[in-house]
Amino acid sequence: MAKYMLIMRNTDEGLAQMVNTSFDEMLETVGRFNEELIKAGVLVAAEGLDDAAQGVVVDYSGETPVATDGPYGETKELFGGFYILDVKTQEEAVEWAKRMPAFPGAKTEIRRVPGIEEFPQDNEWIKKERAWREQTGQL
Amino acid sequence: MSTVEAVWRIESARIVGALTRYTGGDLELAEDVAQEAVAEALEKWPRDGEPDNPVGWLLATARRRAIDAFRRRAARDQKYALLAEADTDGGDGHLWDPDRIDDDVLSLMFVACHPVLSPEARVALTLRTVGGLSSEEIARAFLVPVPTIQARITRAKKTIAAARVPFAVPPADERKRRLGGVLSVLYVIFTEGSTATAGDSLLRQDLAYEALRLARTLAALLPGEPEVFGLIALCELTASRFGARTGPGGEAILLEQQDRRRWDFSAIRRGLAALGQATAAGRGLGPYGLQAAIAACHASAASVAETDWERIVLLYEALGRVAPSPIVELNRAVAVAMASGPAEALLLVDELVARDRLPGSHLLPTVRGELLSRLGRAREARAEFELAARLCGNEQERKVLLGKLENQ
Repeated sequence: MAKYMLIMRNTDEGLAQMVNTSFDEMLETVGRFNEELIKAGVLVAAEGLDDAAQGVVVDYSGETPVATDGPYGETKELFGGFYILDVKTQEEAVEWAKRMPAFPGAKTEIRRVPGIEEFPQDNEWIKKERAWREQTGQL
Repeated sequence: MSTVEAVWRIESARIVGALTRYTGGDLELAEDVAQEAVAEALEKWPRDGEPDNPVGWLLATARRRAIDAFRRRAARDQKYALLAEADTDGGDGHLWDPDRIDDDVLSLMFVACHPVLSPEARVALTLRTVGGLSSEEIARAFLVPVPTIQARITRAKKTIAAARVPFAVPPADERKRRLGGVLSVLYVIFTEGSTATAGDSLLRQDLAYEALRLARTLAALLPGEPEVFGLIALCELTASRFGARTGPGGEAILLEQQDRRRWDFSAIRRGLAALGQATAAGRGLGPYGLQAAIAACHASAASVAETDWERIVLLYEALGRVAPSPIVELNRAVAVAMASGPAEALLLVDELVARDRLPGSHLLPTVRGELLSRLGRAREARAEFELAARLCGNEQERKVLLGKLENQ
């Protein structure tokens, strides 16, 4: 089994439709999808992000990093949330992504999440991170 | 893996479950038409493109084949005549009923693990109908010929039909006992998958993960059963050590030599959480919960020396009461050796030998050899290791034993 992250990217087009959908309806639609994942025994974690317009962007183009308010550049394909699934193959992750409730225009990117065991185990920073993960029960 | 395979892996239990309900509890027919639909998809989808609704496509195709079967059988069997007549709605809306689908999957699990079947048949039928594995995959994982598995599954389906096993979740008074049956099948699958034997070890690990996935499904569909969480905890904690059990050359690495940094702590965390669920029920731990609690002692220890062996001894004593077995006794002896020294443990092992509780098993001489070796009785230890190596069927384990032999 391997962990895959499903990265949800919404667009202006998708966000415009979201306004016309009641919050309760969205909760139910997403909730039903999440329940499917739980019943299939593949859900590890999932989070959604707050409004992109409320965010801040830090840009490293100049000599020093510059922080600006607002959404990230063009509002095309904004990262809006993620799932982490524990599945056998990438195809299986793709199949789940196809069932994800999404507004037209949205996209989901699927990427494998390497386990910490794939990093050099003798590296002191990996050791420290492992200890922290163990103490705090992080993924 | 193609799209068809991915869809099938995700949906097989629900598709076969819904079709079994649709065919009036005929698991054999349901499974056959489902397989036919998959075969048709494998042929058509790559050629004509994927349908918009792959699950709907598979269900509709399987349903059409089921109706053909009803009509063929209508003349000789009243049940099928009624089914053929009843199907007048022209769609499969009633087939995929979200309010019933969970019960369909649960019913399928209980039927596939029914006590009327032999243990081997339960395992094969569960993997095939609930897990969606092909006969080839099951055969490869269990290192038996494909026709053997095919025959096993066919016979199992006929046995279910002959015994008129109802397609339903068992009533409350029967459920606890029957749930134990389902858990034991999942545990057998997990154990088979997690035993490092000859054959494709990765494939076998997939089998172990499949058992874990089905246990998670069971927990989601049948909440509030502490032993289901106990089994999940046991599987997660055992699987967390998979990455550390074998060296670069495929050689087996025993617990005490394992690099604990290679343990998968995500799995440990999930295992401890599941154990917490099992404990929180407040009904005491059952056999799976107790084994998980033992695994948790290992998982939360930094080394063999720092392991809470006294607690492990107590947990094995409790396990010996709820699920007595010579293997549990032997493991208790190992824990006693760690907690109180080899002399006391040897008394327990010698008692097992005297009562001939594990005839033909290499485990007893392995442990006895280890204890004698620690007591400085090298000549006797060598004899035990020689016996163990002779009895051991696993090449990797035999290498470890021969290594011990040389060290005496």
